[in-house]
Amino acid sequence: MSLLTVTSLATHFRTDRGLARAVDGVSFAVDRGETLGIVGESGCGKSVTSLSIMRLVPDPPGEIGPGSSVRFDGRELLELPEAEMRKVRGNDIAMIFQEPMTSLNPVYTVGEQIAESFRLHRHASRAHAWARAVEMLRLVGIPSADQRAYDYPHQLSGGQRQRVMIAIALSCDPDLLIADEPTTALDVTIQAQILELLAGLQRRLGMAMILITHDLGVIAQVCDRVAVMYAGRIVEEGPVGRIFDDPRHPYTQGLLRALPRIDEPAHELAVIPGQVPSPTAWPTGCRFRPRCPFAWDLCALEEPELLDAATGHRTRCWLERHPQRRASGAGFVAGNIQVGNGHA
Amino acid sequence: MPDDDDATPVREHARSSPPVELSPAKGDSDTRGRTLDSVEPPADTLLHVRGLERYFEIRRGVFGRAAGHVRAVDGVTFWVRRGETLGLVGESGSGKTTAGRSLLRLIEPTGGEVHFDGQDVRALDRNGLRRLRRRAQIVFQDPYGSLDPRMTVGDTVGEVLQVHGLARGRNAAMRIAELLTLVGLAPEHADRYPHEFSGGQRQRIGIARALSVEPEFVVCDEPVSALDVSVQAQVLNLLRELQVRLGLAYLFIAHDLGVIRHVSDRIAVMYLGRIVETADGATLVRTPRHPYTKALLAAVPAPRPVPKDGRRSVVLSGDIPDPAAPPPGCPFHPRCTHPLRDADCARIRPPLAEKAKGHFVACIKEPSFDPGGTPAS
Repeated sequence: MSLLTVTSLATHFRTDRGLARAVDGVSFAVDRGETLGIVGESGCGKSVTSLSIMRLVPDPPGEIGPGSSVRFDGRELLELPEAEMRKVRGNDIAMIFQEPMTSLNPVYTVGEQIAESFRLHRHASRAHAWARAVEMLRLVGIPSADQRAYDYPHQLSGGQRQRVMIAIALSCDPDLLIADEPTTALDVTIQAQILELLAGLQRRLGMAMILITHDLGVIAQVCDRVAVMYAGRIVEEGPVGRIFDDPRHPYTQGLLRALPRIDEPAHELAVIPGQVPSPTAWPTGCRFRPRCPFAWDLCALEEPELLDAATGHRTRCWLERHPQRRASGAGFVAGNIQVGNGHA
Repeated sequence: MPDDDDATPVREHARSSPPVELSPAKGDSDTRGRTLDSVEPPADTLLHVRGLERYFEIRRGVFGRAAGHVRAVDGVTFWVRRGETLGLVGESGSGKTTAGRSLLRLIEPTGGEVHFDGQDVRALDRNGLRRLRRRAQIVFQDPYGSLDPRMTVGDTVGEVLQVHGLARGRNAAMRIAELLTLVGLAPEHADRYPHEFSGGQRQRIGIARALSVEPEFVVCDEPVSALDVSVQAQVLNLLRELQVRLGLAYLFIAHDLGVIRHVSDRIAVMYLGRIVETADGATLVRTPRHPYTKALLAAVPAPRPVPKDGRRSVVLSGDIPDPAAPPPGCPFHPRCTHPLRDADCARIRPPLAEKAKGHFVACIKEPSFDPGGTPAS
């Protein structure tokens, strides 16, 4: 049985422009010890998905729709009383965010903040909690941890602050860590350190991880499986090797070919025409249809389920049932301003 | 420090404190090779920056006593030829943005030389500067912050035309429509306000505004960093197309090596206010010589899955030092992994010296390409 099973998750926000269906029928599972990457561009619903799992969506204006289910270790989280849910957070599922500075309290030392979290969840003595704080700082690679524990957040660099956030998150040995863009605010050399740290800790502690990011490179380095989100839905899901070597959904293909890379000579970047549609008015049928170079009548009529492409590899695209269309399709125009109507 | 008020126009050496001349026989440190400062740029060079400095004073206490300097840009030399793209890459605090702004005098440089098409930019008066800005423009990172929310797009672009006396009335309207079309927007967008556009579209407006004066040179300061991948590709392709069509030269500033590699003919890598390596794009990416460049390239997560047990170990430990108190000698030496790193590295400021043809590296542990030749100085 999977550690976490999300089924038909729908999270809506009431806005002036109508109901924004930020997450609209998302299902996935995470096994113990596994790393699932959720990748997508701004507005695809990846962060709202993680907040929904933690039940941290502000209500109002947000609301997790009826029929949604988040089962964690045999328990339905969406039905837990808030007091129970509070124990789950931190103890069983921990979360780290993009901005370590805004998540840390500036008036407490980092040692106090780690110890506080441990005392709260584990009812440990002060001395025990402090020892745990120092141990955690050491675990996340802070040099001279016993002294750094007395530092305030502003005395640390961005990378070290993110290490402290990881220390707080892991202090209670969670079974699942949700990392929402944990390295987006960091420089690339510091990002490499933090990713290595996360991957190492995950192997050592055997916890499961959901890594949410917009960066396909980060996904490739850290994850076992990948879910690609677009317009509130998962459009493709599979083992990391398959997603990168044989992407099936036109959106995934477009994203990968739009990426400037250092390991390839300069080539014309593929362009996905247009923009992400608004969550208050997703297109009918397939939501990627207005931007898709392969789209035909069927795509406007009906959106497919996630269709099997290979073992454990599924894609929400009719091309899986109509493979001859892939060959005849236009593909993405490499180039310019006039997009979406050309030929490759 | 003799460096502080050093603004002598011509310099033979990398910096005013000449590096200790060592022959390879005496040790493994090599400070020979032409420095970039001493090289005469090619004839078609449009912008030549030599020994550019921008120091910021740190003030302490109630009376704001000067307590030191942050050397944001500390003796930077490069050139941009007509129609080419020089990529300037570095992490936060490397000084790349300050360099880009001070060469246009959006921030006043505190030292060094800037020549645009042979003209001494640092000597220009107000009128001279205005004329310069018809030829040299800038596109900023933040398409939200750099547009006035109360002005229509047409007014934003039209204002530039008016300031420079380029077009009025019907002519201006026609020119605005032409510019919007050029960057992939529609002429009718002229009547809309910035908030009605997406991030990618706003960046196109920023580009249209920069291009309205028909510049020859554009500083692109992280123009795609705030954009999603699919939109980023649209803007990068647009910039490339405009370059070909209009013969533009770019100084492209970014922290993303993938983007830099994609757009640049040549690349310069900055670390703590200095250029540590520069070469043509392919050379720099395939055969980097400076340990920092190597580490930077290795740190970029490739969008290619790696085997679970085969993950790279972290090549670079530690944080970027405080620019107000950079390490002596080579600023990179505390984090350096060069096998020959020794006490010299903490002592000698490495000149940006030619180690292979057209490949300049600020590392005294990298041998020069002509061990038998006489040191150029």
